[in-house]
Amino acid sequence: MSIESIQQDLVEEFEMFDDWMQRYEYMIDLGKSLPLIDDTQKTDDKIIKGCQSKVWLDASLDGDKVTFTADSDAIITKGIIAILIRVFNNQKPQDILNAEMSFIDDIGLKEHLSPTRANGLVSMIKQLKMYATAYQAKLNS
Amino acid sequence: MFDVNEIRKDFPILSRKVNGYPLVYLDNAATSQKPQQVIDCIVDYYSNYNANIHRGVHTLSQEATDKYEAARNTIKEHFNASKTSEIIYTSGTTHSINLVASGFTSLLKKGDEIIVSALEHHSNIVPWQMLCERTGAVLKVIPMNQEGVLDMDAYVDLLNDKTQLVFVNHISNALGIINPIKFIIDQAHRVGAVVLIDGAQACSHVKVDFQALDCDFYVTSAHKMCGPTGVGILYGKEAWLEKLPPYQGGGEMIAEVSFEKTTYAGLPHKFEAGTPNICGGIAFGAAIDYLNTIGFSEIAKQEEMLLEYANKKLLEIEGLKIYGTGSEKTSVISFNIEGLHPYDIGTIIDKLGIAVRTGHHCAQPVMDFFNIPGTVRASFAFYNTIEEVDALVSAVKKAKMMLS
Ligand SMILES: Cc1ncc(COP(=O)(O)O)c(C=O)c1O
Repeated sequence: MSIESIQQDLVEEFEMFDDWMQRYEYMIDLGKSLPLIDDTQKTDDKIIKGCQSKVWLDASLDGDKVTFTADSDAIITKGIIAILIRVFNNQKPQDILNAEMSFIDDIGLKEHLSPTRANGLVSMIKQLKMYATAYQAKLNS
Repeated sequence: MFDVNEIRKDFPILSRKVNGYPLVYLDNAATSQKPQQVIDCIVDYYSNYNANIHRGVHTLSQEATDKYEAARNTIKEHFNASKTSEIIYTSGTTHSINLVASGFTSLLKKGDEIIVSALEHHSNIVPWQMLCERTGAVLKVIPMNQEGVLDMDAYVDLLNDKTQLVFVNHISNALGIINPIKFIIDQAHRVGAVVLIDGAQACSHVKVDFQALDCDFYVTSAHKMCGPTGVGILYGKEAWLEKLPPYQGGGEMIAEVSFEKTTYAGLPHKFEAGTPNICGGIAFGAAIDYLNTIGFSEIAKQEEMLLEYANKKLLEIEGLKIYGTGSEKTSVISFNIEGLHPYDIGTIIDKLGIAVRTGHHCAQPVMDFFNIPGTVRASFAFYNTIEEVDALVSAVKKAKMMLS
């Protein structure tokens, strides 16, 4: 599935809920469904700064596609990562770099996050794109 | 007669809604809400007599100056300083601490010792670390026990003739523990050390008496005492304020200026460079008047009642742990629920209209001590109610259900 159609799906899923409590419940479920990272993998070099909670993000290149794994000590944060991973997992680095991020506003994620969490979200996206940049360079070489 | 429902009418913000629910404001340790009396004072200033102070011959300037200085006197009376000139207006606690830390740069030498406590706010750690870097002085830390209570035996052991400065907060912002500052001050004086007390968390709960405490410096912020943000005080004993060099140069703080030599103004103006927060200073006075009208003993009674009730109700939640269980406490409850991140709890209960603080509360060393990423902190003021505690408890229960 293309990044765009996954984003479209997500926006539609979030529209189904009446209020933000339900959306949070959904994010918590998404967070719980995210596969755990082994504690030995949670090293400081994988920590994303800018969150009140800790976030670890790792990536690898499978053929010409990037796979992401991530974890957090806070479950709502984990839900947010799960959303991002669903959008960007198994995509080509160039597509990740080209991706429009407007779905975040369409879902209403940012305005319903506390400022520190919104900052964390920006840092997560930055980090995802950094991995994509690195892998794109690798593919080019 | 103390009637919380009447008092709540003084605070317009308390009747607003958040996320569709009535606001339950339990983040009073971060900043208090403001009563209409203080808001009116601010409006009155800008509507009727806004002018720069201490420098104009015109009527408005005189009125503004009189009110600003009258507020300084209100502050002096409230805290029982011996002179009005011992009250320096600053932009708040952080500014006051930095002023003193900067002033001591030229008064310390390598190997001198500075004592802080394990319970400090970052505002009361970082400036001293910077002072140590500048001077070669060494920072020593008074340890605490599992209840969040400072170890006074260890403190006495730390004191020696190299100890120059002791800095402790009156009440811990992260845990709400009241520190035995009278003992701390007296012991420090035995070895000739100077004591600064950070009263940011204390002055909204207790009436502090500077002379009775005999502290050398005491600092606090208006915004935690129903006053506006951006204003606070540094109290210092006259002899110490005379000894400290000026902090910033500029207008207001000088006696005479030529390119060859400038002489500084006397106290308190020596430390008040530039146009100050005039309105803020005046409104700080109004906030103190307001609190005194309510009465600190009534405030304490209401807050103790809320603390006791909230403690009991929260502890009924399975897996909930309170940090800072020492018996000398103000109305602050810092807690976690086993297996849950404080940030998640704070996020969910915010959606239910409850405002609390989550995180390390600018006291990372305290969190490291308990080996936790942070806590949820509910802090109560005299205008909070039993019903609001109930709303907190039921919101926390709901969050727990959603998150586990
Ligand atoms: C104990 C303590 N010290 C210092 C400060 C800093 O105060 P301000 O931000 O008003 O300068 C605070 C505020 O949270 C505090 O609680």
